Amino acid sequence: MTLAADALRTTTHPAAHALASEGLNTHAGALPARRPGPTNSEPKAVRIAIITVALLFLGLFIALPLISVFYEAFKRGWLAYVAALVEPDALAAIRLTLLVAGISVVANVTFGLVAAWAIAKFEFPGKSLLITLIDLPFSVSPVVAGLVYVLLFGSQGLFAAYLQAWDIKIIFALPGIVLATLFVTFPFVARELIPLMQEQGTAEEEAAASLGASGLSIFFRVTLPNVKWALLYGVLLCNARAMGEFGAVSVVSGHIRGLTNTMPLHIEILYNEYQFVASFAVASLLALLALVTLIAKTLLEARLVEDAQ
Amino acid sequence: MSAPFSLKRFAGAVAVSLSAALALPAVAADVTLLNVSYDPTRELYTDFNKAFSAEWAKTHPGDTLTIRQSHGGSGKQARSVIDGLEADVVTLALAYDIDEIADRGFIAQDWQKRLPDNAAPYTSTIVFLVRKGNPKGIKDWDDLAKAGTKVVTPNPKTSGGARWNFLAAWGYALKKNGGDEAKAKEFVKAIYKNAPVLDTGARGSTVTFVERGIGDVLIAWENEAYLAVNELGPDKFDIVTPSISILAEPPVAVVDKVVDKRGTRALAEAYLKYLYTPAGQELSAKHYYRPRNEAIAAKYKDKFADVQLFTIDQVFGGWRKAQKTFFSDGGVFDQIYAN
Repeated sequence: MTLAADALRTTTHPAAHALASEGLNTHAGALPARRPGPTNSEPKAVRIAIITVALLFLGLFIALPLISVFYEAFKRGWLAYVAALVEPDALAAIRLTLLVAGISVVANVTFGLVAAWAIAKFEFPGKSLLITLIDLPFSVSPVVAGLVYVLLFGSQGLFAAYLQAWDIKIIFALPGIVLATLFVTFPFVARELIPLMQEQGTAEEEAAASLGASGLSIFFRVTLPNVKWALLYGVLLCNARAMGEFGAVSVVSGHIRGLTNTMPLHIEILYNEYQFVASFAVASLLALLALVTLIAKTLLEARLVEDAQ
Repeated sequence: MSAPFSLKRFAGAVAVSLSAALALPAVAADVTLLNVSYDPTRELYTDFNKAFSAEWAKTHPGDTLTIRQSHGGSGKQARSVIDGLEADVVTLALAYDIDEIADRGFIAQDWQKRLPDNAAPYTSTIVFLVRKGNPKGIKDWDDLAKAGTKVVTPNPKTSGGARWNFLAAWGYALKKNGGDEAKAKEFVKAIYKNAPVLDTGARGSTVTFVERGIGDVLIAWENEAYLAVNELGPDKFDIVTPSISILAEPPVAVVDKVVDKRGTRALAEAYLKYLYTPAGQELSAKHYYRPRNEAIAAKYKDKFADVQLFTIDQVFGGWRKAQKTFFSDGGVFDQIYAN
C-alpha cells in the first residue's frame, strides 16, 4: 500500500497541461522524487539469509495455505467442485456477496471522493474530527461494528418502534449486511485519496477556475483525472474487503440459508456440516478473488510508476 | 336458454369466487417459513423440511413453499430472534432459550403446554466421543475430572448443548456424593479445568475435536456424536456412554408475534405438529434423536444405548431455576471458570 502511495505522489498531471497554460502550471517544476536505489552495503551472505527468511515465511504462511485451499477444493475432482458452486445456497451466497460488494464500492467511491475533496481542498471546522472518524473502522473490531447496528436497528433497539411501524427490515436482511460492510470498508477509498489530493493542493483547480471552467468541469477534467489510479486502487481494496468480510456481517446476518448468507458465512456453514470439498470450493472463489486483486494491484502499481517517470 | 352470456350467471360466478377468495385467502401462494434452530439439527431439518414440503403440497397443491433454516448456538439464536430475526418457528436446544423469547412478548408464556411432551418432540442425552480405541480409557464422568485429560465442550453462556453438558456432569456428581453441592461444584470445576477452549456452539466444539484433533474427549449431544462418527469414519472415534446422564429435551415453539404478522400460523403449527407424526419421528430417529413415539422408539431401540437418565425438573427444579443458579452473570459457572 505504501509503495503505491509513494508512486502516486509522483504522478504528473496531464489534465492540468490541457487546461492551464505552461506558465500557470505550478507543478511542472516539481520533479518526481525518485526512490533511493537498493543499497548493496550488506554482505552477500546476510542478504541471502534475509531473503531466504522472507521467502520461507511467505511460502509457509501465505502460499501454502492458498495452495491447500485449491487442493482441498479439487480433492474429489472437477464435478464435485462445480456441483458445490452451482448448488442453490452457494449461488445465493455468491449473488449476495457480489451485490453487497457492488453497493459498497459505489457508496464508498461517492463518499471517499466527497470526503477527500472536502478535506484536501477546503478548510472547515471539524476537519480533523472528520479525518479521525474516517479512520475509526480500522480500529474498531468488526464484531463491534455489527453489534452497533443490532443495537440501533434490532427489535429491542433505538429505532425499533419506527422500523416496526413501517415494517422496515434492516438487520437480518440485506440493508443490515450492506451497512455492516460499508462500515468496515469505509476508509479504503477516502484513505487512498486524501494524502494524494492534499499533496496536489488546489493550484490546478484555481487555475482552471480562473480560465472559466465550471465546478463540475473542474472536478471531471482536473481533480478526477489526477486521482484516477489512486481511486482505482481504493476500489480494489474496498472490493476485496467487502467480499471477504466475516465478523461484522456474521453479527447482522441471521444466517438464513439461501437468503442472508454471504460467501464467507456460507463457507463456515459448509465446513461445519462436514462438507469440506464444497466449503473449500467456495473458499477457492474468494482465494481467486484475492489473486485477481493481487494481479490488478501489481499492474496498477506498474502503471503508477510509469506515470511517475 | 341459449344466451351465450348471462349477466346473472357472471355475477354469480364473481360472487362465488370472491367469497372463496375471502374464506381461503391462502388458496395458492408463495409461502416461506423460517426455522431458527441450534447447531446439531442442521441435517435433521434439511431432511425434515423435504418431507414436510411434500406433505404440505398434498393439501395445498398450489402453494410454493420455501422453508429456510438458520443455525447457530442456541442462546445466540434466541438472542437473534429477540433482536428481530423473523423466525416463524424456533427449534432450540433447551426450554430456557425459548422462555427468554417468550419473556420479550414474542411467544405466549404457556408455549410449553401447547404441544405434547413439554413441546419437545424428540429427546437426546449427553455422551462422550473419544479417539478410536479409547486410549485414555474414559468410561464415566470421573475420568473427565482427572488431571491430564483434555476435555472439549462449548461455552454454556452461548451454547445450549454446553449447558446440558454442564448439568449432566453436575447431576452425576450430586448422585455420586449423596446430594453434596460443594462436592459437585468441585467435581465440575475439575472438568472445566481440563477444558481450556470453549467454542460458542456445539458444532464448533465437534469440529475442534474431530477436525483439528484437539482434546481427548468431546462432551457431546448423542446425535452429534453419532453424526461425527458417521460422517468422518467409524475408524477414527468411539462413543462412550456414561453410567448416568441427563434427559435433554430440545423444545420447539411457534413464534406468535411473527406468524400473526406474516399470516403463517397455520403453516407453522402444521410444521411443528408434523414432528410428532410417525414420519417425523422416524426422521428424528434416523438422525439419532430419541423419538418420543413409543412404537418408533421400540423400533430403533438398538440404536440408542441404555443409560440411566434424570430430568432437569427432577434434579434442578426446571430450566429457569437452573439458568439463574448456574449460568447467569456471577452464577456457579462464572465462579468455576473465573478461577
